[in-house]
Amino acid sequence: MKKLVSSPYLLWMVVFIIVPLFFVAYSAFTNDAQEFTIGNFSSIMKYTPVFLKSLWLAVVSTVICLLIAYPLAFVLSRKSPRSQGMLVMLIMLPMWINFLLRTYAWMTLLENEGLINKFLELLGFGSVQMINTQGAVVLGMVYNYLPFMVLPLYSIMCKIEPSVLEAAQDLGAGRFQTIFRVILPLSKTGILTGIIMVFVPSVSTFAISRMLGGGSNMLIGDLIEEQFLGGAYNPNVGSALSLILMVVILIIIGVTNTFDSDEMEGMLV
Amino acid sequence: MNDVLINLKNLTFFYDGDKVLDDLSLQIRDKEFVTLLGPSGCGKTTTLRIIGGFLTPHSGDVFFDGKRINDLPPHKREVNTVFQRYALFPHLNVYDNVAFGLKVKKLPKEEIRRRVTEMLETVNLSGFEKRNVNQLSGGQQQRVAIARALVNYPKVLLLDEPLGALDLKLRKEMQLELKRIQQQLEITFVYVTHDQEEALTMSDTVVVIQDGVVQQVGTPQDIYNEPKNAFVADFIGESNIYDGIMLKDCLVKFAGVTLPCVDKGFRRNQPVDLVIRPEDVRFVNPEETELIGTVTSVIFKGVHYEMEVMVNDLLWVVHSTAARAVGETVGLAVDPFDIHIMERMFATDKNYVDGEVVEEDIIEFLGVRFKRENLGIPAGEKVRLTIDPEDISVTSEDISDATVYLESLIYKGAYNELIIWLDETELILHSQNDEEVATNIGVKFDFDRIEIKPLVGEKEAAE
Amino acid sequence: MTKPKKKRKIGSNLYLAFVFLFLYLPIIVMMVFSFNESKSRANFTGFTFKWYTELFKNDLIMDSFWNTILIAVLSSVIATVLGTLAAIGISNMKKFSRKAVMNATYLPIINPEIVTGVSLCLLFVFFAGFFGLQFGFATVLIAHITFVLPYVILNVLPKLRQMDKSIYEAALDLGCNPWKAYWKVVLPEIMPGVFAGFLMSFTYSLDDFIITYFVSGSGFQTLPVTIYGMVRKKVNPQINALSTILFVVVLLLLILMNLKGAKSAKKAKEKNV
Repeated sequence: MKKLVSSPYLLWMVVFIIVPLFFVAYSAFTNDAQEFTIGNFSSIMKYTPVFLKSLWLAVVSTVICLLIAYPLAFVLSRKSPRSQGMLVMLIMLPMWINFLLRTYAWMTLLENEGLINKFLELLGFGSVQMINTQGAVVLGMVYNYLPFMVLPLYSIMCKIEPSVLEAAQDLGAGRFQTIFRVILPLSKTGILTGIIMVFVPSVSTFAISRMLGGGSNMLIGDLIEEQFLGGAYNPNVGSALSLILMVVILIIIGVTNTFDSDEMEGMLV
Repeated sequence: MNDVLINLKNLTFFYDGDKVLDDLSLQIRDKEFVTLLGPSGCGKTTTLRIIGGFLTPHSGDVFFDGKRINDLPPHKREVNTVFQRYALFPHLNVYDNVAFGLKVKKLPKEEIRRRVTEMLETVNLSGFEKRNVNQLSGGQQQRVAIARALVNYPKVLLLDEPLGALDLKLRKEMQLELKRIQQQLEITFVYVTHDQEEALTMSDTVVVIQDGVVQQVGTPQDIYNEPKNAFVADFIGESNIYDGIMLKDCLVKFAGVTLPCVDKGFRRNQPVDLVIRPEDVRFVNPEETELIGTVTSVIFKGVHYEMEVMVNDLLWVVHSTAARAVGETVGLAVDPFDIHIMERMFATDKNYVDGEVVEEDIIEFLGVRFKRENLGIPAGEKVRLTIDPEDISVTSEDISDATVYLESLIYKGAYNELIIWLDETELILHSQNDEEVATNIGVKFDFDRIEIKPLVGEKEAAE
Repeated sequence: MTKPKKKRKIGSNLYLAFVFLFLYLPIIVMMVFSFNESKSRANFTGFTFKWYTELFKNDLIMDSFWNTILIAVLSSVIATVLGTLAAIGISNMKKFSRKAVMNATYLPIINPEIVTGVSLCLLFVFFAGFFGLQFGFATVLIAHITFVLPYVILNVLPKLRQMDKSIYEAALDLGCNPWKAYWKVVLPEIMPGVFAGFLMSFTYSLDDFIITYFVSGSGFQTLPVTIYGMVRKKVNPQINALSTILFVVVLLLLILMNLKGAKSAKKAKEKNV
């Protein structure tokens, strides 16, 4: 009886999680006439530059997030418990506003007639093209996903006892040695989790690139969206793209080995 | 008084493929305080959980008041349990915890109030009704757990190491308290513990269990004074245990001397185990005794001194209020009725196992193979192997000849006697090291010293 | 020794300030310009509430707002019930089947949202062909239940694991049948996890854009989908007004929750003394 209570969920899981993924695979290997084909994959070869660009921008965003978040998380974890709670809440707060609105805020700031350009003009630098560039897309990703990097790093650094750092110093480690020999190895799992949590949404986004990158900075996400809901309607090609995206991400997660079902529970709650 | 309330018949239980209970039978009488005593992993808790209904035996029957209750779910049984770590409901206060069972039975509010109040009084917790159970001390939580079970007026109260989490002083207090409650309410208590002192203090009947088998059932006095075998003697109290030979009725040879005793009914020259309690050994003038030795260690234990004396290369532990000096030569004496003779746990001195010559000069026994040059027995022949206990040694598992299950380990004055299971066969070996019982260990055989005889030849010779 | 430490402290505080400026500057600018009379996003020409009044008169936004609330309430309630039962079942499974089920459960979390959206879209297209299922309320609800379910399970499972298993047995021992034992003893014990799972589901459902975008069709829109339609047409100060309202509401909620948390913590402390 105890096991039976999960059967409604198991049924739900099979119908709405497993089966749809098989639909993606099926659709990726068939054409309009439901015939088997690998043509979808050969026809997306021409999108290789888009793939590479998506990966590149996601990597750049992830690295920037890591560079900003790592010192931030450490500083946070050494604050008094009271201010820690306060500051973490402040980092979370923007997450409660939909990412489209947050991206929109940057859109208006970066515009050619936007506030930043007006400011630059006042300083005599003249107007700079910022919106519709790769830089704007990276900025949007960093801005939206930075908290995803901060939180796992922060929670793992909270577990590093101050006495461990003192012990390292006691044993003769300097500041940099303490960082590289103690803090970094101890926070490894947090770093990996943060990387995955920023990289996955970055590499698959379509709204951020559409809003901040204009038409010229198409990413995989935009391609897929175009195949299903846009002008280039072709679900079979879209499925092939999705399948590749999914496989690439699963491989990356597998390689970094961040996904251990027992540990995940702790990370999320 | 003597009517049997719980009758366990031939219970067998497996956990993860291991046999936890092995054909265990036990009768528990009404209004009795019964303690199931044994080392951890011996099957005592399993037995308790079978009575409580949380486990179903794989074979055998459980009778309660004459009715078979194997398949009766826990909530329909007339027993209640005090769990190991209390298992109080954290979301309920003291009153609601105790009232839980009565509310489930939908008793009238007034009666619930009366019974809970009365029971909290019995366990000395009046006035604690509104307290949050998480804020109580260990001893208070324990009392709540007892009240919560007893308020249902069960016929039997099952207690699973209930005092294990308390400190020594509190544990002593609670032991007396439990005994008082049991006598006041006249309820059968089945109590599980690994603490022999606790068992001897509280119980009417002690059941010593080891390896899923009942070793001995008796009053605390019986168990202490007349242990049935070396395991019970070793587990209950401190003891000197030696190998001996029963020369005839009332005369036993051991430790290099022959002494009178009071036990009868053994075969002539039967190998036996014998136990002598340290407090039963007296110091005498060396001229008056054959047991002459040297004191090797003296430790003050508060009430008495514990001294170790080497006599003929055997270690004797002696408790006495008078201290002797280390290095002093002393004489020891034991009265005949203080020498307890027991059947051997392992019937023979040596191991006798059957094997087979699988190919020329290669012998296999109990899944172990070894080579003997110039054996001279053709392949396919069955052989009888004789292995001396000294020729099996304990090693780490990676370099061992076989992995075995260690059933018991008993110190015999000069060495540990280990009984192990290999391929469903019991073997005996001697070792100088302590090992953890009820675990798997590796053993190595001294193959060159194993005696090999063809079985057929022996048969013919016998005829 | 004290001097460099102090310097370091100033440095780290400066760094914190810089990051928070980065996080909040866009939001503050947006809030300020929500009161700007003209549509310009660079020049503040005058103070007005007109974008707020227009926002509340905008039927599209108001409809999709209520759609969002409806979907969030229904999906989080259904997912909480299904997910709690599932967690109880999973915690009782043998190791092998538990691992298998958990791996499938994580799929919607580790998969990119766009893949989950696409896969459900394909499934619903198939259902549309077979059962005449229309894209709209039903598809959005199903999709939301699907992607919030893992969060309920992940919140409840650790609570079940931390729970002392013997309290369930104690309830049986005291006369409860298995169902009653779960209801009276296990559920209260895991309630914090159930509640956390519910809250997480509710907020994730409110916030979701990508999956909803793929399964909503044209007739039924949630607020994020409507917002996407608006931001693509660029200039619309109503969006600033909407963001401002959302931000203020969230801020007030968080402050309220913190005050309440501090109060109950204080109360618990007093009780202990």
